[in-house]
Amino acid sequence: MSAINDDLKRYLISDCVEMVVAHAEELTELDQAIGDGDHGLNMKRGFEAINADIDRLAALAWPDFMKAIGTILVMKVGGASGPLYGTLFLTMAKEIGEIPDAQSLKRALSAALEAVKARGKSDIGQKTLLDVLAPVLAAWSDDTADLAKKLTQIAHDAAQATIPMKAIRGRASFLGDRSVGHMDPGARSLSLLIATVAKRFGA
Amino acid sequence: MANVGIVIVSHSMKIAEGAADMVRQMVGDTVPLAFAGGNPEGGLGTDVEQILGAIDQAWSDAGVAILFDLGGAETSAEMAIEMMSPERQNRIVICQSPLVEGAIIAATEASGGSSLDAVKQMAEELSPQ
Repeated sequence: MSAINDDLKRYLISDCVEMVVAHAEELTELDQAIGDGDHGLNMKRGFEAINADIDRLAALAWPDFMKAIGTILVMKVGGASGPLYGTLFLTMAKEIGEIPDAQSLKRALSAALEAVKARGKSDIGQKTLLDVLAPVLAAWSDDTADLAKKLTQIAHDAAQATIPMKAIRGRASFLGDRSVGHMDPGARSLSLLIATVAKRFGA
Repeated sequence: MANVGIVIVSHSMKIAEGAADMVRQMVGDTVPLAFAGGNPEGGLGTDVEQILGAIDQAWSDAGVAILFDLGGAETSAEMAIEMMSPERQNRIVICQSPLVEGAIIAATEASGGSSLDAVKQMAEELSPQ
Protein backbone atom coordinates (compact mmCIF):
# COMPACT_ATOMS: atom_id res chain seq x y z
CA MET A 1 0.00 0.00 0.00
CA SER A 2 2.67 2.43 1.07
CA ALA A 3 4.79 1.56 -1.96
CA ILE A 4 1.88 2.25 -4.30
CA ASN A 5 1.32 5.58 -2.59
CA ASP A 6 5.00 6.45 -2.89
CA ASP A 7 4.93 5.61 -6.57
CA LEU A 8 1.86 7.78 -7.14
CA LYS A 9 3.57 10.74 -5.51
CA ARG A 10 6.63 10.12 -7.61
CA TYR A 11 4.56 9.99 -10.80
CA LEU A 12 2.63 13.12 -9.88
CA ILE A 13 5.86 15.03 -9.31
CA SER A 14 7.46 13.79 -12.54
CA ASP A 15 4.33 14.54 -14.57
CA CYS A 16 3.95 18.05 -13.17
CA VAL A 17 7.65 18.86 -13.61
CA GLU A 18 7.51 17.64 -17.18
CA MET A 19 4.40 19.73 -17.88
CA VAL A 20 5.81 22.91 -16.33
CA VAL A 21 9.16 22.55 -18.13
CA ALA A 22 7.43 21.86 -21.45
CA HIS A 23 5.24 24.96 -21.08
CA ALA A 24 7.77 27.29 -19.44
CA GLU A 25 8.26 29.33 -22.59
CA GLU A 26 4.55 29.61 -23.26
CA LEU A 27 3.90 30.77 -19.68
CA THR A 28 6.70 33.30 -19.93
CA GLU A 29 5.29 34.63 -23.20
CA LEU A 30 1.84 35.01 -21.63
CA ASP A 31 3.43 36.84 -18.72
CA GLN A 32 5.46 39.07 -21.05
CA ALA A 33 2.20 40.27 -22.58
CA ILE A 34 0.63 41.46 -19.32
CA GLY A 35 3.08 40.98 -16.45
CA ASP A 36 6.79 40.96 -15.72
CA GLY A 37 7.56 38.04 -18.01
CA ASP A 38 8.98 35.58 -15.52
CA HIS A 39 6.13 33.19 -14.72
CA GLY A 40 7.43 30.31 -16.85
CA LEU A 41 10.98 30.61 -15.55
CA ASN A 42 9.79 30.98 -11.97
CA MET A 43 7.54 27.94 -12.13
CA LYS A 44 10.28 25.94 -13.81
CA ARG A 45 12.74 26.85 -11.03
CA GLY A 46 10.23 25.80 -8.38
CA PHE A 47 9.25 22.51 -9.97
CA GLU A 48 12.84 21.60 -10.76
CA ALA A 49 13.64 22.13 -7.09
CA ILE A 50 10.78 19.76 -6.23
CA ASN A 51 12.12 17.23 -8.70
CA ALA A 52 15.59 17.43 -7.16
CA ASP A 53 14.04 16.38 -3.85
CA ILE A 54 11.78 13.66 -5.27
CA ASP A 55 13.16 10.74 -3.20
CA ARG A 56 12.56 12.49 0.11
CA LEU A 57 9.19 13.91 -0.95
CA ALA A 58 7.74 10.65 -2.30
CA ALA A 59 8.38 8.91 1.02
CA LEU A 60 6.37 11.46 3.04
CA ALA A 61 2.78 10.99 4.20
CA TRP A 62 0.29 12.97 2.09
CA PRO A 63 -0.11 15.96 4.45
CA ASP A 64 3.66 16.28 4.86
CA PHE A 65 4.13 15.76 1.12
CA MET A 66 1.83 18.67 0.29
CA LYS A 67 3.41 20.83 2.98
CA ALA A 68 6.94 20.15 1.76
CA ILE A 69 5.96 20.96 -1.83
CA GLY A 70 4.29 24.20 -0.70
CA THR A 71 7.40 25.19 1.24
CA ILE A 72 9.68 24.54 -1.74
CA LEU A 73 7.42 26.61 -4.01
CA VAL A 74 7.39 29.49 -1.51
CA MET A 75 11.17 29.43 -1.22
CA LYS A 76 12.17 28.77 -4.80
CA VAL A 77 9.64 30.24 -7.21
CA GLY A 78 10.40 33.92 -6.53
CA GLY A 79 7.68 36.37 -7.49
CA ALA A 80 4.08 36.50 -6.36
CA SER A 81 3.32 33.06 -7.76
CA GLY A 82 5.65 31.46 -5.18
CA PRO A 83 3.61 32.59 -2.17
CA LEU A 84 0.35 32.03 -4.08
CA TYR A 85 1.06 28.48 -5.22
CA GLY A 86 2.86 27.83 -1.94
CA THR A 87 -0.22 28.89 0.01
CA LEU A 88 -2.35 26.64 -2.19
CA PHE A 89 -0.28 23.56 -1.30
CA LEU A 90 0.32 24.52 2.35
CA THR A 91 -3.43 24.91 2.86
CA MET A 92 -4.25 21.68 1.04
CA ALA A 93 -1.79 19.92 3.37
CA LYS A 94 -4.08 20.70 6.31
CA GLU A 95 -7.18 19.18 4.71
CA ILE A 96 -6.00 16.42 2.39
CA GLY A 97 -5.89 13.66 5.03
CA GLU A 98 -3.64 10.62 5.34
CA ILE A 99 -5.53 8.70 2.65
CA PRO A 100 -6.84 11.24 0.15
CA ASP A 101 -9.97 10.61 -1.92
CA ALA A 102 -12.06 12.77 -4.23
CA GLN A 103 -13.94 14.24 -1.26
CA SER A 104 -10.87 15.18 0.79
CA LEU A 105 -9.19 16.58 -2.32
CA LYS A 106 -12.20 18.78 -3.01
CA ARG A 107 -12.27 19.91 0.62
CA ALA A 108 -8.55 20.69 0.48
CA LEU A 109 -8.92 22.70 -2.72
CA SER A 110 -11.91 24.60 -1.31
CA ALA A 111 -9.81 25.64 1.68
CA ALA A 112 -6.96 26.53 -0.69
CA LEU A 113 -9.27 28.74 -2.75
CA GLU A 114 -10.06 30.85 0.30
CA ALA A 115 -6.42 30.96 1.43
CA VAL A 116 -5.15 32.03 -2.00
CA LYS A 117 -7.85 34.72 -2.16
CA ALA A 118 -6.60 36.09 1.16
CA ARG A 119 -2.91 35.81 0.21
CA GLY A 120 -3.42 37.69 -3.06
CA LYS A 121 -6.12 40.02 -1.67
CA SER A 122 -7.98 38.98 -4.77
CA ASP A 123 -11.30 37.48 -5.77
CA ILE A 124 -12.98 35.63 -8.60
CA GLY A 125 -13.29 37.58 -11.87
CA GLN A 126 -10.01 39.50 -11.50
CA LYS A 127 -8.04 37.53 -14.07
CA THR A 128 -6.03 35.26 -11.77
CA LEU A 129 -5.62 31.55 -11.09
CA LEU A 130 -8.72 31.83 -8.88
CA ASP A 131 -10.72 32.00 -12.11
CA VAL A 132 -9.65 28.43 -12.84
CA LEU A 133 -9.81 27.08 -9.30
CA ALA A 134 -13.32 28.35 -8.56
CA PRO A 135 -15.09 26.88 -11.64
CA VAL A 136 -13.27 23.56 -11.15
CA LEU A 137 -14.56 23.37 -7.58
CA ALA A 138 -18.05 24.41 -8.66
CA ALA A 139 -18.13 21.58 -11.20
CA TRP A 140 -16.75 19.00 -8.75
CA SER A 141 -19.69 16.61 -8.40
CA ASP A 142 -20.03 13.67 -6.02
CA ASP A 143 -20.35 11.41 -9.04
CA THR A 144 -16.75 10.43 -9.70
CA ALA A 145 -17.37 8.79 -13.08
CA ASP A 146 -15.45 10.81 -15.67
CA LEU A 147 -14.82 13.46 -13.00
CA ALA A 148 -11.13 13.84 -13.91
CA LYS A 149 -11.97 14.30 -17.58
CA LYS A 150 -14.72 16.78 -16.82
CA LEU A 151 -12.53 18.88 -14.50
CA THR A 152 -9.71 18.96 -17.06
CA GLN A 153 -12.09 20.43 -19.62
CA ILE A 154 -13.52 22.93 -17.13
CA ALA A 155 -10.00 24.05 -16.14
CA HIS A 156 -8.99 24.46 -19.77
CA ASP A 157 -12.10 26.47 -20.65
CA ALA A 158 -11.78 28.58 -17.49
CA ALA A 159 -8.20 29.57 -18.39
CA GLN A 160 -9.38 30.57 -21.86
CA ALA A 161 -12.18 32.57 -20.24
CA THR A 162 -9.59 34.84 -18.56
CA ILE A 163 -8.68 36.25 -22.00
CA PRO A 164 -11.47 38.87 -22.12
CA MET A 165 -11.12 39.70 -18.41
CA LYS A 166 -9.52 42.89 -17.12
CA ALA A 167 -6.80 42.41 -14.51
CA ILE A 168 -7.51 43.98 -11.13
CA ARG A 169 -4.61 42.52 -9.14
CA GLY A 170 -0.89 42.11 -9.73
CA ARG A 171 1.40 43.70 -12.27
CA ALA A 172 -1.16 43.13 -15.05
CA SER A 173 -3.54 45.56 -13.32
CA PHE A 174 -1.13 48.42 -14.22
CA LEU A 175 -2.16 47.85 -17.83
CA GLY A 176 -5.85 48.42 -17.11
CA ASP A 177 -7.90 47.79 -20.24
CA ARG A 178 -4.77 46.70 -22.11
CA SER A 179 -4.74 43.51 -20.04
CA VAL A 180 -7.89 42.47 -21.94
CA GLY A 181 -7.22 40.04 -24.79
CA HIS A 182 -4.48 37.98 -23.10
CA MET A 183 -4.80 34.78 -21.11
CA ASP A 184 -3.69 35.07 -17.49
CA PRO A 185 -0.41 33.13 -17.04
CA GLY A 186 -1.35 31.92 -13.54
CA ALA A 187 -4.73 30.67 -14.77
CA ARG A 188 -2.96 28.87 -17.58
CA SER A 189 -0.35 27.24 -15.32
CA LEU A 190 -3.00 26.04 -12.86
CA SER A 191 -5.12 24.60 -15.68
CA LEU A 192 -2.04 22.71 -16.92
CA LEU A 193 -1.33 21.33 -13.45
CA ILE A 194 -4.96 20.27 -12.98
CA ALA A 195 -4.90 18.52 -16.36
CA THR A 196 -1.66 16.77 -15.41
CA VAL A 197 -2.93 15.46 -12.08
CA ALA A 198 -6.31 14.53 -13.61
CA LYS A 199 -4.56 12.48 -16.26
CA ARG A 200 -3.11 10.24 -13.53
CA PHE A 201 -6.68 9.66 -12.38
CA GLY A 202 -8.03 8.64 -15.73
CA ALA A 203 -8.73 11.88 -17.60
CA MET B 1 14.27 49.58 24.66
CA ALA B 2 15.93 48.92 21.31
CA ASN B 3 14.95 50.87 18.22
CA VAL B 4 12.52 49.37 15.70
CA GLY B 5 14.30 47.58 12.85
CA ILE B 6 13.72 48.39 9.18
CA VAL B 7 13.60 45.87 6.33
CA ILE B 8 13.61 46.97 2.70
CA VAL B 9 12.16 44.54 0.13
CA SER B 10 12.51 45.26 -3.57
CA HIS B 11 12.29 43.28 -6.79
CA SER B 12 15.77 44.57 -7.53
CA MET B 13 18.88 44.05 -5.39
CA LYS B 14 20.28 47.36 -6.64
CA ILE B 15 17.17 49.25 -5.54
CA ALA B 16 17.12 47.48 -2.16
CA GLU B 17 20.79 48.22 -1.56
CA GLY B 18 20.51 51.80 -2.80
CA ALA B 19 17.49 52.53 -0.62
CA ALA B 20 19.35 51.07 2.37
CA ASP B 21 22.34 53.32 1.60
CA MET B 22 20.07 56.35 1.68
CA VAL B 23 18.58 55.27 5.00
CA ARG B 24 22.05 54.82 6.49
CA GLN B 25 23.05 58.28 5.34
CA MET B 26 20.05 59.75 7.15
CA VAL B 27 20.04 57.80 10.40
CA GLY B 28 23.50 56.26 10.69
CA ASP B 29 23.80 53.01 12.62
CA THR B 30 21.21 53.64 15.31
CA VAL B 31 18.53 51.59 13.59
CA PRO B 32 18.82 47.88 12.73
CA LEU B 33 18.53 47.76 8.94
CA ALA B 34 18.53 44.96 6.36
CA PHE B 35 17.36 44.50 2.81
CA ALA B 36 16.29 41.79 0.37
CA GLY B 37 16.19 42.18 -3.39
CA GLY B 38 15.75 39.97 -6.42
CA ASN B 39 14.72 36.37 -6.95
CA PRO B 40 16.55 33.25 -5.69
CA GLU B 41 18.79 33.28 -8.78
CA GLY B 42 19.82 36.89 -8.44
CA GLY B 43 17.49 38.17 -11.18
CA LEU B 44 14.58 40.55 -10.73
CA GLY B 45 11.85 39.25 -8.43
CA THR B 46 11.36 38.38 -4.79
CA ASP B 47 12.73 35.68 -2.56
CA VAL B 48 10.90 34.70 0.63
CA GLU B 49 13.99 33.01 2.07
CA GLN B 50 16.03 36.17 1.58
CA ILE B 51 13.26 38.23 3.21
CA LEU B 52 13.25 35.87 6.21
CA GLY B 53 17.00 36.40 6.49
CA ALA B 54 16.63 40.18 6.33
CA ILE B 55 13.96 40.14 9.07
CA ASP B 56 16.32 38.06 11.23
CA GLN B 57 19.19 40.41 10.55
CA ALA B 58 17.21 43.56 11.39
CA TRP B 59 15.42 41.92 14.33
CA SER B 60 14.74 44.12 17.31
CA ASP B 61 12.68 43.47 20.42
CA ALA B 62 10.80 46.64 19.47
CA GLY B 63 9.75 44.97 16.23
CA VAL B 64 10.46 45.30 12.53
CA ALA B 65 8.82 47.51 9.88
CA ILE B 66 8.94 46.28 6.27
CA LEU B 67 8.91 48.57 3.24
CA PHE B 68 8.28 47.12 -0.23
CA ASP B 69 8.24 48.31 -3.83
CA LEU B 70 5.55 46.42 -5.79
CA GLY B 71 2.68 44.02 -5.05
CA GLY B 72 4.67 40.81 -5.38
CA ALA B 73 7.12 42.05 -2.76
CA GLU B 74 4.22 42.66 -0.37
CA THR B 75 2.82 39.17 -1.01
CA SER B 76 6.25 37.65 -0.39
CA ALA B 77 6.77 39.73 2.74
CA GLU B 78 3.38 38.60 4.11
CA MET B 79 4.32 35.01 3.37
CA ALA B 80 7.64 35.46 5.19
CA ILE B 81 5.88 36.93 8.23
CA GLU B 82 3.56 33.94 8.38
CA MET B 83 6.57 31.64 8.42
CA MET B 84 8.08 33.37 11.48
CA SER B 85 7.35 32.18 15.03
CA PRO B 86 3.98 33.37 16.44
CA GLU B 87 5.77 35.53 19.04
CA ARG B 88 7.59 37.38 16.29
CA GLN B 89 4.65 37.59 13.88
CA ASN B 90 2.79 40.27 15.80
CA ARG B 91 5.91 42.39 16.09
CA ILE B 92 6.36 42.76 12.31
CA VAL B 93 4.40 45.27 10.23
CA ILE B 94 4.27 46.08 6.54
CA CYS B 95 4.10 49.80 5.70
CA GLN B 96 1.87 50.94 2.84
CA SER B 97 4.11 53.67 1.52
CA PRO B 98 6.50 54.30 -1.35
CA LEU B 99 9.71 52.35 -0.76
CA VAL B 100 12.40 55.04 -0.58
CA GLU B 101 10.36 57.78 1.11
CA GLY B 102 8.77 55.29 3.48
CA ALA B 103 12.07 53.68 4.45
CA ILE B 104 13.73 57.01 5.23
CA ILE B 105 10.75 58.33 7.20
CA ALA B 106 10.29 55.03 9.06
CA ALA B 107 13.98 54.84 9.94
CA THR B 108 14.08 58.47 11.07
CA GLU B 109 11.09 57.84 13.32
CA ALA B 110 12.61 54.58 14.58
CA SER B 111 15.89 56.32 15.41
CA GLY B 112 14.01 58.47 17.93
CA GLY B 113 12.93 55.38 19.83
CA SER B 114 9.31 55.40 18.61
CA SER B 115 7.07 52.35 18.89
CA LEU B 116 6.44 50.02 15.95
CA ASP B 117 2.94 51.45 15.48
CA ALA B 118 4.27 55.01 15.45
CA VAL B 119 6.93 54.10 12.89
CA LYS B 120 4.36 52.52 10.58
CA GLN B 121 1.90 55.38 11.01
CA MET B 122 4.54 58.02 10.28
CA ALA B 123 5.78 56.20 7.18
CA GLU B 124 2.27 55.90 5.83
CA GLU B 125 1.15 59.45 6.72
CA LEU B 126 4.16 61.44 5.66
CA SER B 127 4.97 59.61 2.45
CA PRO B 128 3.77 61.46 -0.64
CA GLN B 129 0.84 59.57 -2.15
